[in-house]
Amino acid sequence: MLLGRTANGLYWMFRFIERAENTARLIDAGSRMSLTSMQGSDEEWASVLQSAGVHAAYMAAHDQVTAAEAVNYLLRDKSNPSSVASAIELARSNGRMVRTALTREAWEATNECYLSAKALLKRQVAPASLPQVLDQIKRQCSLIRGTFHGTMLRNEVYNFARIGTFIERADSTARILDVKYYVLLPASSYIGTTIDNVQWESILRSVSAHRSYTWAYDPDYNPVNIADFLILNDCMPRSLAYCHDKIVNNLAILERLYGQRHPAHDTAEAIKAMLEEGDIQQIVSSGLHEFLEDFLGQNNRLGHEISQAYQFYPG
Amino acid sequence: MLTAENEPRQPYKNYHDWYSNQKISDLFRKSREAESVFRKTGITFAVYGKEDASERLIPFDIVPRIISGPEWRRLSQGIEQRVAALNAFLDDIYHKQEIIKAGRVPRQLIEKNDAFLPQMIGVRPPGGVYTHIIGTDIVRTGENQFYVLEDNARTPSGVSYMLENRETMMQMFPELFYQNKVRPVENYPKLLRRSLSGVAPPGCMGKPRVAVLTPGSYNSAYYEHAYLADQMGVELVEGSDLRVIDGKVAMRTTQGYEAIDVLYRRVDDDYLDPLTFNPDSALGVAGIMDVYRAGNITIANAPGTGIADDKAIYSYMPDIVEFYTGRKAILENVPTWRCSEADSLTYVLDNLPDLVVKEVHGSGGYGMLVGPTASKRECAEFAKKLRAKPDNYIAQPTLSLSTVPILVKKGIAPRHVDLRPFVLVSSKEIHIIPGGLTRVALKEGSLVVNSSQGGGTKDTWVLED
Repeated sequence: MLLGRTANGLYWMFRFIERAENTARLIDAGSRMSLTSMQGSDEEWASVLQSAGVHAAYMAAHDQVTAAEAVNYLLRDKSNPSSVASAIELARSNGRMVRTALTREAWEATNECYLSAKALLKRQVAPASLPQVLDQIKRQCSLIRGTFHGTMLRNEVYNFARIGTFIERADSTARILDVKYYVLLPASSYIGTTIDNVQWESILRSVSAHRSYTWAYDPDYNPVNIADFLILNDCMPRSLAYCHDKIVNNLAILERLYGQRHPAHDTAEAIKAMLEEGDIQQIVSSGLHEFLEDFLGQNNRLGHEISQAYQFYPG
Repeated sequence: MLTAENEPRQPYKNYHDWYSNQKISDLFRKSREAESVFRKTGITFAVYGKEDASERLIPFDIVPRIISGPEWRRLSQGIEQRVAALNAFLDDIYHKQEIIKAGRVPRQLIEKNDAFLPQMIGVRPPGGVYTHIIGTDIVRTGENQFYVLEDNARTPSGVSYMLENRETMMQMFPELFYQNKVRPVENYPKLLRRSLSGVAPPGCMGKPRVAVLTPGSYNSAYYEHAYLADQMGVELVEGSDLRVIDGKVAMRTTQGYEAIDVLYRRVDDDYLDPLTFNPDSALGVAGIMDVYRAGNITIANAPGTGIADDKAIYSYMPDIVEFYTGRKAILENVPTWRCSEADSLTYVLDNLPDLVVKEVHGSGGYGMLVGPTASKRECAEFAKKLRAKPDNYIAQPTLSLSTVPILVKKGIAPRHVDLRPFVLVSSKEIHIIPGGLTRVALKEGSLVVNSSQGGGTKDTWVLED
């Protein structure tokens, strides 16, 4: 027996933990780009802001994109609900609300993550200490994940938390690809210049996959392989295919547990099938951008259907 | 800890021997460790009206407060007598009102009181229990001499500190628990659950479904609500989770609505049901009072119990105890002047610097005057308030509260304390948990122990005989 509000709190707690990590990774990749590219660093930050889905909100509050302001906005700005500081605070306040559904270990890791992020992000972070701060935050998020996996019962609580994680992760990966889709198009890839390589590596770095890519594919970057890796490769834990395989599993467990099937189950299975049967050449040639836009819409709809099926809100 | 002859008092003997062999720097290290444990666990409370400090830790002192077996026995007899009287009093004033007819308590004091709920007249709670959980505030003024300060019959808080303080002490000083036979308190959540299940409505089939109702995660005692629900293994619900369906109160789960049998509510009467009480309340459940009156849910504590811990009623407690138990009260009441009475008001105004003046309905140490530590100007300002609204106040002498040792920079030093033992009432028995919450005034000489006013807490040991 689980309250609808608690299922909702778990779902969002884990979406926000995932979001905090994703934003931290985007900042990491962005600052790496600033180090590598000779020019256009501010443009890079604009695309990082887009990947985080906060470009418009940023521009509403700032005159121009600068590295320092973008980093601050993504890292510390409380008016930005996707900033690392906001996401961690929201994860923790959701965690506090669902405290009775968490083990002591999982709650304490969440609370410590919050306390440590609060201390780390008290003042503006100097570029020299940025890598260390990001590292520390990712580590704290890993601790939450670790205690959660190590101590939680594999019951409904676990499944709602996992669904939140994967909906958020799929959303983030698709967005990163969509902002950079033109970099992966055949027209820009025929040269294989240094700048292309840097761009490609940046995409992989934003999902912490610049090393694992070389284990799965030919070590030379190839845009179609990169798209395949992040969209269809079911070994890659941040790919759309992997995330939706997990969501279908988690929903199937809930279906068995409750003996109830909902429209969300059909939607999730349809997305999974689409990704399983997908062919990367075809996706790229018929329009990567359109594909990703369509996916983001479906992913969103699924989240909404899940919240309805399990009574997250009073009807 | 020490007697006038500088010898350790009997219950502190073992502790004193142990303490004499400790290095003060080690004790400070332990004290910091304890604080970091509390911070990590998130045992915080909110201070209303302080935005930046919205979550604060209550200072914890690592020196236990120790009560001997015989002293506890006397104390618990007194508490049991008082709690039984309170329940009989509540049943009486909502039914036959014999105590009023007998002229022992004035009618208007009951019926004009905001805490008296006419909606409860003629309603008998399941099992006949009104106050399922009571936290009696007690001060000790000398050997075997105890006064009751307050009865806390609505929704007493602080039990999670009693439990966490013990847990922390056992982790940090396991050796002390080998040397001293300390009576356990950690089964409180189990006892509470059993006690609540035991008063399920008569129509409840099978295992009663119990839930804790919290105003939400921004409430000052939210940590405790979550802690108790977690330890009892029951749901923690908010008003928005609940709805009246088919004559039962039900909670919204991932599989639809499920009925609740017993609701341990940590929401005040006023907010319990917008249809019956405060119509603006979003914290309660519309229609729950109808379900309650129909006997289809147990609410703990019962609505309307606040009348029993009202400070104006307090002054009648010796009469109330005698009226219902037929014996003199074992525990003493602090002499209380009701400012609503002209003679008393004159006395209080003439003696403000020696008295503690409290609001009749107040709690948490807000809105009170501590005469001996107040400035002349504060007294003068308070006198104005008193004259304007005398009914709103009672006054008591400052007692020479006992002190217990706390850890300070120079080692240990005495500070004033009070004690809140927790009592569970079921239809069959009154169960007093051997221990409780000891609140301590951290400032030298201060008598104010409330956590909202900078007080701390410590573990409370009741020794086996």
